[in-house]
Amino acid sequence: MNITLRVWRQRDAADKGRMVTYHVEGISPDMSFLEVLDMLNERLTMEGEDPIAFDSDCREGICGACGLVINGLAHGPKQMVTTCQLHMRSFNDGDVIDVEPFRAEPFTVIRDLVVDRSSFDRIIQAGGYISVNTGAAPDAHAIPVPREDAQDAFDAAACISCGACVAACPNGSASLFLGAKIAHLGKLPQGQPERHSRALRMTAQHDHEGFGGCTQIGECEAVCPKGIPLSVISQTNADVLGALAHGGK
Amino acid sequence: MAVTGVILVLFLIAHMYGNLKIFSGQQAFDDYSAYLRNLGEPLLPYSGALWLMRVVLLASILLHIYAAVTLWHRARAVTGGRGAARYVSTKARRGHQRSYASFTLRWGGVVIGLFVIYHVLHLTTNTIAPGGASASPYERMINGFQLWPVVLSYTVALIALAFHLRHGLWAAFASLGWNRSPRVRRNLNVMATVVTVVIIAGFLIPPFAILFGVVQ
Repeated sequence: MNITLRVWRQRDAADKGRMVTYHVEGISPDMSFLEVLDMLNERLTMEGEDPIAFDSDCREGICGACGLVINGLAHGPKQMVTTCQLHMRSFNDGDVIDVEPFRAEPFTVIRDLVVDRSSFDRIIQAGGYISVNTGAAPDAHAIPVPREDAQDAFDAAACISCGACVAACPNGSASLFLGAKIAHLGKLPQGQPERHSRALRMTAQHDHEGFGGCTQIGECEAVCPKGIPLSVISQTNADVLGALAHGGK
Repeated sequence: MAVTGVILVLFLIAHMYGNLKIFSGQQAFDDYSAYLRNLGEPLLPYSGALWLMRVVLLASILLHIYAAVTLWHRARAVTGGRGAARYVSTKARRGHQRSYASFTLRWGGVVIGLFVIYHVLHLTTNTIAPGGASASPYERMINGFQLWPVVLSYTVALIALAFHLRHGLWAAFASLGWNRSPRVRRNLNVMATVVTVVIIAGFLIPPFAILFGVVQ
């Protein structure tokens, strides 16, 4: 396959940035999108040019490091996959493909396609934890969990914090990520003592980081590589309302 | 946003129901209008209950606008004022699934706001009186809606309202924390569509009935 890539190049956060066109030849349809970038980077390095900076780690769709906006869609045209799991057979020979970083004010572009997502870490730090006494491991079934709750919690826990929800949201909201983190602990018995404070603190941190508000459009859910359901946002709202009803505690 | 929106939708349903009294004739329609002003007398002064409702509605509208402007401002700040158009690529202008209704929510709201001012000046204060002013609310309706430009302007506003309600109702339900399972989600969307269709149809029937001479 021969593909034309239009890639966002930006030296650093202060640089204005621009799209640069590259022709890449001899691509196998079985290659991952990131492997095409690897191939291009090898060539650029040989030619003495700066390779394109992009994030990646596990390359099996579970770490959340990779993430590109491909043809205007976070993680590309296929749903339920991360960029590393997007294979070139999803495109046609001769295609022109636009590649851009995830865009949102809190996601500062560090270089080319790499953005700073440490705002997500700060949201987690604000309340994405439970308090337990350390010591010997507790018995596996000491606390019974209803099957449905366990499934819902697991669905929410599938979030890999990649940031695609923010990249796709017309409002630049991180509500899906926030909801996943709140629901995954809030659905379990172990998460109950801090349920209200968690919802309030994490939501406050989300707003503090400068992310937008949710207007229930659902584009986040559509691009989410892990299929986090939009219902986690209602869960957040319910928890926040519950917390406010209890005097904000 | 959601709570004030629901208050306004409840008002729309009552308003639509009142409008349909046009089919009961001039006496019934004008009596209903007078009843709204006499409501609560002698405990409340003339128009007292009506003004209480107007205060609640006005407060709801102002809070609704305030919340919308806040959300809009935040969205502009985080996306550099570009919203979903912040990417250079123009190959997915509507993303995977964004609906026209969600896309037009904000500007549609502005259209509805301007329409409400025009509408109050027309049929409530009668400052604008196409087809002739009248002390009878029934005659105001008949005089106005016999003219097709008036019917057209109301139809355009109601289409904007239809999109606004379709997405707004669903978003209100979800924001109030009700969207908790795929089944509930489906039902909430059906409910949003049904309420929208009922309200818009109920509002459109009287003007068109007048335009086509069914009510005279």
